Parts: sequence; C-alpha cells; structure tokens
Amino acid sequence: METLIFLLFALLAVGSSLVVVVHKNPVYSTMSLVVTLFSVAVLFVLLGAPFIGALQILIYTGAILVLFLFVIMLLNVTREESAVSQQKVQAGGALLGALVFGGMLAVLFWNARRPMDPMTEELVSMKGLAREMFGQYLLPFEIVGMLLLVAVIGATVAARKPPQPDKPVEDLEP
Amino acid sequence: MPANLLATIVNIAVMVGFILTVVPVMVWVERRGSALMQDRPGPNRLGPFGLIQPLADALKFFFKEDVTPTAVDKPLYLLAPALAIMPALLTISVIPFGPALTIGDETYPLMIADAPAGVLLFLALASLGVYSLVLAGYASNNKFSLMGAIRASAQMISYELALTLAVLAVVIPVGSFHLQDVVDYQRAHVWNFIPQILGFVVFLIASFAETNRLPFDLPEAESELVAGFHTEYSAMRFASFFMGEYMSMTSLSALGVTLYFGGWSLPGVDLHGWLGAVVGLLVLVAKIAFCMAIFVWVRWSFPRFRYDQLMRLGWKVLLPVAIVNLILVAVLTLSGVLGAP
Repeated sequence: METLIFLLFALLAVGSSLVVVVHKNPVYSTMSLVVTLFSVAVLFVLLGAPFIGALQILIYTGAILVLFLFVIMLLNVTREESAVSQQKVQAGGALLGALVFGGMLAVLFWNARRPMDPMTEELVSMKGLAREMFGQYLLPFEIVGMLLLVAVIGATVAARKPPQPDKPVEDLEP
Repeated sequence: MPANLLATIVNIAVMVGFILTVVPVMVWVERRGSALMQDRPGPNRLGPFGLIQPLADALKFFFKEDVTPTAVDKPLYLLAPALAIMPALLTISVIPFGPALTIGDETYPLMIADAPAGVLLFLALASLGVYSLVLAGYASNNKFSLMGAIRASAQMISYELALTLAVLAVVIPVGSFHLQDVVDYQRAHVWNFIPQILGFVVFLIASFAETNRLPFDLPEAESELVAGFHTEYSAMRFASFFMGEYMSMTSLSALGVTLYFGGWSLPGVDLHGWLGAVVGLLVLVAKIAFCMAIFVWVRWSFPRFRYDQLMRLGWKVLLPVAIVNLILVAVLTLSGVLGAP
C-alpha cells in the first residue's frame, strides 16, 4: 500500500516537474510546480516527517507559488515569446542545473562511503528540527535570515521610483 | 471491515455531512438576516419563514444555462470552481468534535485525521484556497476578473501571515500542534480567548479577509469589478464558489472555536462516553453557528474597505499586533502564568 502511494506520488512529482520546464504558458508551469511540491510533501509524510510535509505545503505551495502567480498575472506574461532567441539562456540554465545536481549527487555519494547515522523520526520531528536549527545551525539560520532581509530591502529600493519634484504627481495609486 | 476504517468512515460522514448541510442553512440565514437588518421581510413565501427558499435557489442554479465563454482558458476555467470547495472539505478533517470514544478495548478519536501536526495541516490546506480565486480570475480572460485575482492573491498572502502568527501564539502554552491537546489544555485552564484576547481579535479580522467576506471582499467588489474573479461564471460553477465561501467560513469558524473557545468542551462539565460524544458535537455546532451569525452580522453592518486601506491594515496594524501577542504569550508561558502544558 505504502509502495503504491510512493510510486504514484513519485511519478506525479517527476511528471509534473517535466511539465514545469516544458510548458509554454507560465501559469500552467506554476500550477504544475504546485502539483510537484504537493507530491514531494506527500513523500515527506510517507518518510515519517509530517511536520516537514506540512511546512512544504504551507510555505511553498501556499505562499511562494501564489506570489509567482501574482507576478505572472501582474506582468501579464501569457506566453513565452520567441523561444528561439532564448535558447542560449536555456542551455546555460540547463548546464548550471546539471552541475548543481551533479555536485549534490557527488556530495551524497562521497558521504555515503562510510555508514551514516540513520535519519530517525526523532530528528525530523518538530522538537528535533528545532533543536538542530536553533542549536547547532543557529548561525547559518541567522545569516539566511539577514540575507533575506537584505534582499527585501534591496527589492523595495529597486522598485521605488526616484522622486521627481518638478512633475506634478498624477499617477499615484488611489 | 476493520473497526478503524469503519470509525474513520463514520467520522467523515459526520463532519462532511455537517459542512455540506451548512450551505443551505446559511443561504437562508444570510437572506433572512440581511432582510432583518434592512427592515424588509426577505424571502417568506416558500414554507414557514421561507425555510424552503434555499431548495428553490439550488434548483434554480441547476437549471440555469452553464455558459462557457469562448475566450477562456478552458482547463483552468473548469478546474477553478472545483478547487473552491476542496480546501474546506480537507481542513475540517483535523477538527476534533468530541472526547475520544472507548468501545470495548479500542479508543477512537472523534476526528477524521488524528494528525500530530493538525494545526499546521489546517493552515497548509487552507492556504490552498487562494488558487481557486486566482485561477478563476486568470482563466476567465476578462480584465475585471484578472483585477479580482490579483487582489485575491495579494490579500490572502498578507492576511495569512497575521492569521498564522495568531494561531501559533495559541500553540505555545499548549506545547502541541494537535487540536485535541488544544481543547484539553482549555478544559484544564481557561478558554484561550481570555489570556489571548489580542490574538483572538487578529484571528477574527484576518479570518474575514481569508474568506473574502465583507468588509474585505475586494476580489469580488461588485461596485467596481462587476463580480471580480467569478464574473464569467454561471449556473452550478458560480454556485460552487458560493458554496466554497460558506464552507471555508465554517471550517475557519471550527478552527476559531477550537483554538479560542474550548472547541467541543463546556467549562465545568465532564463530557465522556457516548453522551459526551453527542453533546460535544452539539456544543461544537452551536459555537460554530454563533460564529457564522457574527459573519452575517458583520457583512451587513460594515462598508467595504478600499484596497490600500486593506493592505495598510494587514501589514501595519494586524501583523505587528500579532507579533506583540506572540512575544507576550511566550513570556507569560515561560514565567508560568499561563499554567504548565
């Protein structure tokens, strides 16, 4: 039964992530990414980590992808334009993705030479995660937080129009 | 059939039956309630007090022509109304509706999904509700609909933050994400809305925004956007948005009463066994009915917010208040004022 569910959602994750890359319409790509992340959340639950699964849905599908959709609709990108001229960009992206994936696999196999501690349910429970995140990995956690804060401030500054005193203000939002 | 499976099926029948029954009842309450507040009779021809009116409304929806405009993005256009109902049906599964029932040697929890991360699961599944609005607005290929969808996505993301922070503050003194533990904590101490009145107010306001009810129904805003995200929908597809709204109101009310008003429990009354199960369910339904009455009352009392006012309230008032409440509850819990979990 569990194997069946695993197979179903693993296939769904792989299939929908292919759609994300291949589909021409960005809204459909985003919606397939929703399916991908939902399937991965189900896989987390099957692995005995319901907390991480719930967070996956809450943060990624519930918030980040909605913002993706928001931006796509705000810019009104209906279809990917002139896919031919972007082939170089796509090839570069594919190469970078392959490199990152290869690097991750290499690290995985390098570490797998000697036996590792098994991923116990205690480690992926709420308490275990909190202990790791706010204990051993507190500094990286805070650095990531600072990085995100800097990114938010940077985005706000970049999005802000420079003040133009000689022009009367007309196009302000009501 | 194994007993566990049977218990789950009974639980599903009770809760899903309840949430589906709410819709016609709420149609009647909303129409008669608005009439009462506007000093007019309201629907009073069909049956005593117009009680059969929802049936007539439903029949009308069934027999109307289902128009699909030619320029719509068809798959997404058809998917959106189905997504409107789904989150409410899923989230109701983590709400406990009575004390655990012991039959023979087995103990059965009176909730569909006995999930240890129940509160998070509720928030996660409820956050999927925004997709139906956004997709409906996008797929309709209509400027008013698109405006509604853009508003919906920004509004629901903003208010979800405040809502989640308010809910997390409840979880701190309890020490568990399981909603049955939240109820047990309140049976041992006081109902959460007394020490956490600040968080409750944030939760209440944010839940109006999350369910797109007046004064925050900006995604539909009929005075400016025709009908917003569901402008192009008709017949049963329109009705499913309508049902989805009432059903998510119900499930959010169920979460609210479970977090702040003791859920199925009554103070000073020890509910257990079969009688406890029945009384617990009735108590929960009564509390939810009270919340739904507040939803109707607020809808017909307040004018709609402007979009910038909505955003300012969400980010500059509710979010800071929710953070202050979170810190306050954490300090009170650590200093032992709120009682040991």
